[in-house]
Amino acid sequence: MTLLVLGAVGAMVFVLPFVGLLVRAPWSALPELLTDDIAADALRLSLISSLASTAVAAILGLPLAWVLARVEFPGRGLARGLVLLPLVLPPVVGGTALLFALGRRGLVGEPLADVTGLVLPFSTLGVIVATTFVSMPFLVITVEGALRNLDGRHEDAAETLGASPWRVLWRVTLPMIRPSIVAGLALTWARALGEFGATITFAGNLQDRTQTLPLAIFVGLESDRDAAIAMSLVMIAIALIVIMALRRRWWQEL
Amino acid sequence: MKRPRARGSAVGLILMLLLAAGCADSAGPERTTVVVSSASSLTDVFEAIEQPFEAAHPNLDVVFNFGGSPTLAAQVAEGAPADVLALANDAVMQLVVAGGLTAGPPAVFARNIPVIAVPVGNPAGVAGLADFGREDLVLGLCAEDIPCGALARKVLAEANVSPSIDTAEPNVRALLGRITAGELDAGIVYATDLDAAPDRLEGIPIATTSTTSYPIVTLTTSEHPDGAEAFVDFVLSDAGQRILAEFGFLSP
Repeated sequence: MTLLVLGAVGAMVFVLPFVGLLVRAPWSALPELLTDDIAADALRLSLISSLASTAVAAILGLPLAWVLARVEFPGRGLARGLVLLPLVLPPVVGGTALLFALGRRGLVGEPLADVTGLVLPFSTLGVIVATTFVSMPFLVITVEGALRNLDGRHEDAAETLGASPWRVLWRVTLPMIRPSIVAGLALTWARALGEFGATITFAGNLQDRTQTLPLAIFVGLESDRDAAIAMSLVMIAIALIVIMALRRRWWQEL
Repeated sequence: MKRPRARGSAVGLILMLLLAAGCADSAGPERTTVVVSSASSLTDVFEAIEQPFEAAHPNLDVVFNFGGSPTLAAQVAEGAPADVLALANDAVMQLVVAGGLTAGPPAVFARNIPVIAVPVGNPAGVAGLADFGREDLVLGLCAEDIPCGALARKVLAEANVSPSIDTAEPNVRALLGRITAGELDAGIVYATDLDAAPDRLEGIPIATTSTTSYPIVTLTTSEHPDGAEAFVDFVLSDAGQRILAEFGFLSP
């Protein structure tokens, strides 16, 4: 009985704010609010940057997870800690740190700008950098955990049967941890979509270039509340659809 | 009977520490808290006004809530507790008045003029408003919906410049931060903001008569109307006006 009550209260923590949002939503004006320039640009930018971030996270994060799980090297604990840091840091701090490293006067950013003319802040590429920074740890931690918990016998068997390390990786290891990779990618994408602090601090805020949906909502709260609420509903809808769709797949895999 | 006594004295020690901490904090009589919601461009000057005001009114403790004018107005409309409202936008203040939340007509207590801010040394060689149309420069303004941004765009329109900006920051402090860090070649801020980091910013004056007016008012939701009135009176008094002038604000 106590469990039921506590569980119900726990559910309310999540349900109440959404109910509040749904009650305040300008339902009749929704279509025109969402086809408005600002909302459309923000949605497009958010989808592009979050998908790009997830792709970068996969390309860089999977090898990183493999190294952290399988390769013994001095300072591995510290490396793992650094990878976890964006999960704990306030995103604005992450964005500021990115500025110090990759900004126009940054450690790497200044020589980069001098040599190639590429300036990351205030560009869509900068948005992708910021969202990758905060979301990649999700993939790395999920996959690393899965690799560590993997029963090594299947891989050993494949090796003894003559498979090359690459073949073992592609045909045995990765398929075995597929549910974790999918879950990790989903979390990464969701985190990238919702990123605000690092984006606004590092990449700035300009419609159609760096103003993702969360930024548009934040600025919209000041000027056009109805538009902000409409965009919030879009974010919630997208997130719910993806999370629910993936949950089904994940359960099937298990 | 050793254990119970030890426990008892531990509890006693904790109680004593709590009492001591409580006493240390409220050495004098109970102070009334006056909450002042004010525009972020007033951060430095209001923090400077706090001391002399509290010295003149030892029974009052001023607490500030800084933010963008539209956000503050929305907070008040949603019932956030505040005694005084000081905004950087007359139009937004009129909305608050229309909402029946003000306990009297707002009074303009200061004005601010726009100025171009560049990193110290002016590395990009920005000369004036016309440079805000240049694509090759990295430029920033405040977001259109906040007073600083509205004023900047008004001034640019007056000068017939079509701005080519790379970011519209949500508040003027964020914009200043980017300029001092050298991330932006130039931005349009308030004259009073130049004092925020005098050794890392330079200002280029703008020839304009456009200004931002700052209205202040006490709110009907205030639980301490006397304290609220006292603060507004102080800001409008000679002492308050002198401090505002020191920070670069123009008289109302």
